[in-house]
Amino acid sequence: MKKIENFFTSAITGSLAHIIKRDDIVWWKAWGIRLIAIVLALIVCGIVTVSLTDLNPLEMYATMIDGAVGTSRLVWNLFQNTAILLCVSLAVTPAFKMKFWNIGAEGQVLAGGLATASCMIFLGEKLPTPLLILVMLISSILAGALWGLVPAYFKTRFNSNETLFTLMMNYVIIQIVAFFTLEWSMPKGSGTPRTLEFGQLPTLFGQKYLINILIVALLTALVYIYLKYSKQGYEISVVGESEKTARYIGINVKKVILRTMAISGALCGIAGFLLVAGTDHSLKSDTAGGRGFTAIMVSWLAKFNPIFMIFTSLLIVFLQKGASKISEVYRLNSSFSDIITGIIIFFIIGSEFFINYRIKFNKKEANV
Amino acid sequence: MKRILSFLLVAVMLVATVGMLTACSNEKASISSDFKIGFIFLHDENSTYDKNFLVAAEEATAELGLKPEQVIFKTNIPEGNECYEAAADLADQGCNIVFANSFGHEPYMLKAAKEFPDVQFCHATGTTAHTENVPNFHNAFASIYEGRYLAGIAAGMKLNEMIESGKITAEQAKMGYVGAYTYAEVVSGYTSFYLGAKSVCPSVTMEVQFTGSWYDEALEKEAATKLLSNNCVLISQHADSMGAPTACENAGVPNVSYNGSTQSACPNTFIVSSRIDWAPYFKYIINSVVKGEEIATDWCEGFEAGSVKLTDINEAVAAEGTKEALEAAKAKLIAKEIHVFDVNNFTVEGKKLDSYKADVDTDAAYEKDTEAIADGYFHESEYRSAPYFDINIDGITLLNSAF
Repeated sequence: MKKIENFFTSAITGSLAHIIKRDDIVWWKAWGIRLIAIVLALIVCGIVTVSLTDLNPLEMYATMIDGAVGTSRLVWNLFQNTAILLCVSLAVTPAFKMKFWNIGAEGQVLAGGLATASCMIFLGEKLPTPLLILVMLISSILAGALWGLVPAYFKTRFNSNETLFTLMMNYVIIQIVAFFTLEWSMPKGSGTPRTLEFGQLPTLFGQKYLINILIVALLTALVYIYLKYSKQGYEISVVGESEKTARYIGINVKKVILRTMAISGALCGIAGFLLVAGTDHSLKSDTAGGRGFTAIMVSWLAKFNPIFMIFTSLLIVFLQKGASKISEVYRLNSSFSDIITGIIIFFIIGSEFFINYRIKFNKKEANV
Repeated sequence: MKRILSFLLVAVMLVATVGMLTACSNEKASISSDFKIGFIFLHDENSTYDKNFLVAAEEATAELGLKPEQVIFKTNIPEGNECYEAAADLADQGCNIVFANSFGHEPYMLKAAKEFPDVQFCHATGTTAHTENVPNFHNAFASIYEGRYLAGIAAGMKLNEMIESGKITAEQAKMGYVGAYTYAEVVSGYTSFYLGAKSVCPSVTMEVQFTGSWYDEALEKEAATKLLSNNCVLISQHADSMGAPTACENAGVPNVSYNGSTQSACPNTFIVSSRIDWAPYFKYIINSVVKGEEIATDWCEGFEAGSVKLTDINEAVAAEGTKEALEAAKAKLIAKEIHVFDVNNFTVEGKKLDSYKADVDTDAAYEKDTEAIADGYFHESEYRSAPYFDINIDGITLLNSAF
């Protein structure tokens, strides 16, 4: 800690101030800091907007809101996308809590999606729909779990680097999916996936995304209870805090790592299932759409709390949808809306620094 | 006298201007202000493929006098459920027509078309409109194979020039072609290009290297480099990046391009490029809806409608007389005096082809369902707008066919 303090003190503020870790912060202060960060982000975005374009920043924010929740269709779409992102975020959370850096969610989602698509293609006409969906769900869970277990096994057996390993597993599955996309493409050789007719998730109460949202809501509650109240959840926290402590109190660390990664992968597999069977009804190597990486940010921003993750994933999807509306309405290149979302996320992440650390000004030297 | 003349001239010009203005305003007035059209693009202007559509959409809507708020662009829409959501959102916003430009958008456009029967859904490059029987869902393409045939003539003439100057022998006249997938659209494209070259340079052969991607600059460059190391003396491509043209410019080997001119980046090697101009189609669908007329289920036009175009020829690289030769061949194609896929001009395994069943109706079994050869030529883009010529003819070697 001392080192960090010295570094910041000398590098950023000269000797005018130094930085102290906050031990505790009352909730309203923490949320106050976050609120200030968002307000500052909006101001900076406004300045950037005015200096780069001739738009009125207030109109731009109104457009953003309109693009995210302007019609009931957009609201459902927002919730649907939030649900999928939340599902992947829930998936990476147990592993991250254990300080196992699972960068392979993208691949685990695809593994689940590939298993789902295979069932839809090969068993589609043979099984009645409810049974088919059950088989799809189970196989996607198994495929995702397998894709998570492989790096976990190598970690426990050979102490391999899990960050690189999980990342590598992404490329492996992307190539496998690309192979099958071409194999199953329609028309022949076009590289465009066929539409999977059998085993599509049903429409509930006239809302085609409701089932996805309900499944993810259920998973959110389960993961929350699992992490907070179960013995296994406690073991994950202990392994994450200190492997040595865990070993000392008799936790089988290898078993916990394998089990947790299997759960992490299985949840990703479910996300792949929801994407292929619930929305896209096809499979391509970019079906996961980068959610495996965005989920890492969602999970961190929420401090690995599944309930907070509802809000962080909603925020990210809201920004994405709003930003694409900006490029639609003002005919701007989508890079501009990416800049705006980037600034907002930067400020939100930056605010965590001020929640964890306090800047103390050196009055004496400041007078000099 | 002079004064009278100039007065007359001014008067004539004035009348003409007023006439044109009223003509313009008439045309503008015919489209009501609550008409809307929405466009869905796979990428944005950074992709040559999408830029070609974007420019045409802007041109067509401006020409018809549509105001900016009557034209909605959605860029970077992936070929997934996002496309359905985008199409439905455009319909919600009151669009009378929704257009999508990428092949993989098709099932999602179709889904939206079934949900919004009062909105016209038009999809470029798709294959299923003629079998799905959804009245408000339409496919469109252009007879780009004719454009590629002309581009092939330009390539053949360049080869002839090399042979005459003693740079290569007639047997060494080998072209290279970078293709995306072994899909009919690509096969039709490179075969028509080859046949164009062969029509002027009978000894020509061609090698094709596939990349397995519609857009991958590194792979396309690599494929072109491989073809060059195989002693190909001229390169063309059907893929959307600058990979192949750049490789050609670096090696000093002539290139026939696609989607648009690459002359500014490759001044020493670019010969000519064929491209589809989508503006005529956009004007057609807008006018049809405004007049309350049916939009064709499959629309495929060529030179006459202005849908297929060649860019300006790079005189510094092209062989002498290329322009005149292309004009003459174009006139013959329009008059139907010659056909690109004339069965007398190619053989398959040494034999002339009298009959061929093409896979026109899209199905999972890839069933070959329609006889395409009649009256001595292969009828491309007549039974549906998207190309379906997928025959491997003699003289063309596929270096890889995994894709």
